[in-house]
Amino acid sequence: MIEFRNVNFAYEKERPVLRDLSFRIGDGEAVGLIGANGAGKSTVMKLLLGLLFPASGEILVDGAAVGKKSLPEIRRKLGFVLQNSDNQMFMPTVYEDMIFAPLNYGLSREEAEKKVDAALEKLGMRELKHRHNHKISGGEKRMAAIATILAMEPEAVLMDEPSSALDPCNRRRVINIIRELKQTKLITSHDLDMILDTCERVILLDRGQIAADGPAEQILRDRTLLEAHRMELPFCLAGRK
Amino acid sequence: MNKMEKALHELSEMDELAAGASPIHRLCAPGKLLTTIAYIAVVLSFHKYELSGMLALLLYPVLLFQISGVSVGSFFYKLRIVLPLVMAVGLFNPFFDRQILVTVGGVGVSGGVISMLTLMLKGVLCLMASYLLMATTPIDVLCAALRKFHIPGTLVTLLLLTYRYIGVMTEELATMTEAYHLRAPGQKGIHVSAWGSFLGQLLLRSMDRAEELYNSMLLRGYHQHFHYAPVKPCTWKDGAVTLCSIALFLLLRFCNVAELLGGLFVR
Ligand SMILES: Nc1ncnc2c1ncn2[C@@H]1O[C@H](COP(=O)(O)OP(=O)(O)OP(=O)(O)O)[C@@H](O)[C@H]1O
Ligand SMILES: [Mg+2]
Repeated sequence: MIEFRNVNFAYEKERPVLRDLSFRIGDGEAVGLIGANGAGKSTVMKLLLGLLFPASGEILVDGAAVGKKSLPEIRRKLGFVLQNSDNQMFMPTVYEDMIFAPLNYGLSREEAEKKVDAALEKLGMRELKHRHNHKISGGEKRMAAIATILAMEPEAVLMDEPSSALDPCNRRRVINIIRELKQTKLITSHDLDMILDTCERVILLDRGQIAADGPAEQILRDRTLLEAHRMELPFCLAGRK
Repeated sequence: MNKMEKALHELSEMDELAAGASPIHRLCAPGKLLTTIAYIAVVLSFHKYELSGMLALLLYPVLLFQISGVSVGSFFYKLRIVLPLVMAVGLFNPFFDRQILVTVGGVGVSGGVISMLTLMLKGVLCLMASYLLMATTPIDVLCAALRKFHIPGTLVTLLLLTYRYIGVMTEELATMTEAYHLRAPGQKGIHVSAWGSFLGQLLLRSMDRAEELYNSMLLRGYHQHFHYAPVKPCTWKDGAVTLCSIALFLLLRFCNVAELLGGLFVR
């Protein structure tokens, strides 16, 4: 469903961020994108969403190249949770933020409201519905941001650091929800235990290039590989070896 | 709380005030909008010497403050920066227009003084009416009402986003001043040497955030067309209230109630 073909990208000419990046993600696959700070994970997401355009190479979603013309259709298929939830929520209340996308996609207010309620129910955060966005905590905001995407019912879910700022209970809740989602998933995180719990496949990025790509169980257990790319074993595996 | 956070707090307070449930809050937005516009038009139509006639128009904000439960104090506090500016408009009139118009207790009052007071009162009344509208109607409902009156969508969206971006900018400023003060304890305000970089950073950061917010709207299917909350249909009651208010304004405009009442007692 998602394909990168020899993608090159740089914010500033002399400092390439992604170098000749190629990978494919099939329908319904759950992929964890990991890598040290500044490896280029968020950049991959933004390219996929057409917020940035590659210097060379091609990005395909369902066979259609990401470009100005195909954008509305491609964006309809992708639900994206931003790394910084503050920048995602722009309406005064959680409810209004959540109903924004369904309305834009032509649902009636009643239908849209049903989706919103279902998403809130799923995340166990009904009491947050009418709260003001700037008066909820960082973690609550994160949950709300995830809820807005669930209400959109996209074909693929992209999440940039979904578990950051969450308490253990909410983190577990989000993990369970991600596991339940049938959609294609691309998740970046430094929380490798979560990646292990939610993804069957892992792509390890280092300085804009793929350092490893394979089953999560295998890559996340490979201490030498991870340490060579400025990473560590997940906590749950660190003790056992 | 630093000053910026206070400002932010005030801004969010407007949202909360507007979410109240008084009878005024429950009136339909297009009706309120129309009433406010009519009121402002009537206030502005008074001649510069018609101070006594205009006093009666105070009735409207006073009633509204009473019924809506919005505190008068909050009005003066929130508009403490704008009010003096509005009041200053007619400040020089007494110097130009010295013709004595009335004598109060043996002291002559010049036309300039009266027209100054009239202008001031006009400013305050208009501000009060707009404030009351904002304090009793959520911004997006107001925008939806504007759309009902066929104000161009782009203009209305601009209004809504400006309102939001003011919040974004204040938020950034609050974070920055907080970060500054944590590392410059005991300092009052921000040192002049840091102003340049501070302002530059603020602009960059607000622009970045505004862009990300806009992106986030695009990613969720936004294209130049906001879906406002459905405007509550106006009932005959709303219509009656609107018509009565406008009729009252016209009555107050064309017969000087203050003078009539005064006349009753003199006779
Ligand atoms: N707007 C920008 N302008 C210039 N350089 C940028 C910009 N955004 C990111 N970069 C640079 O691009 C590189 C990749 O950034 P990116 O945000 O994709 O990293 P990341 O893998 O998501 O890191 P993190 O784990 O910290 O979120 C970094 O070296 C960063 O400094
Ligand atoms: Mg990132």
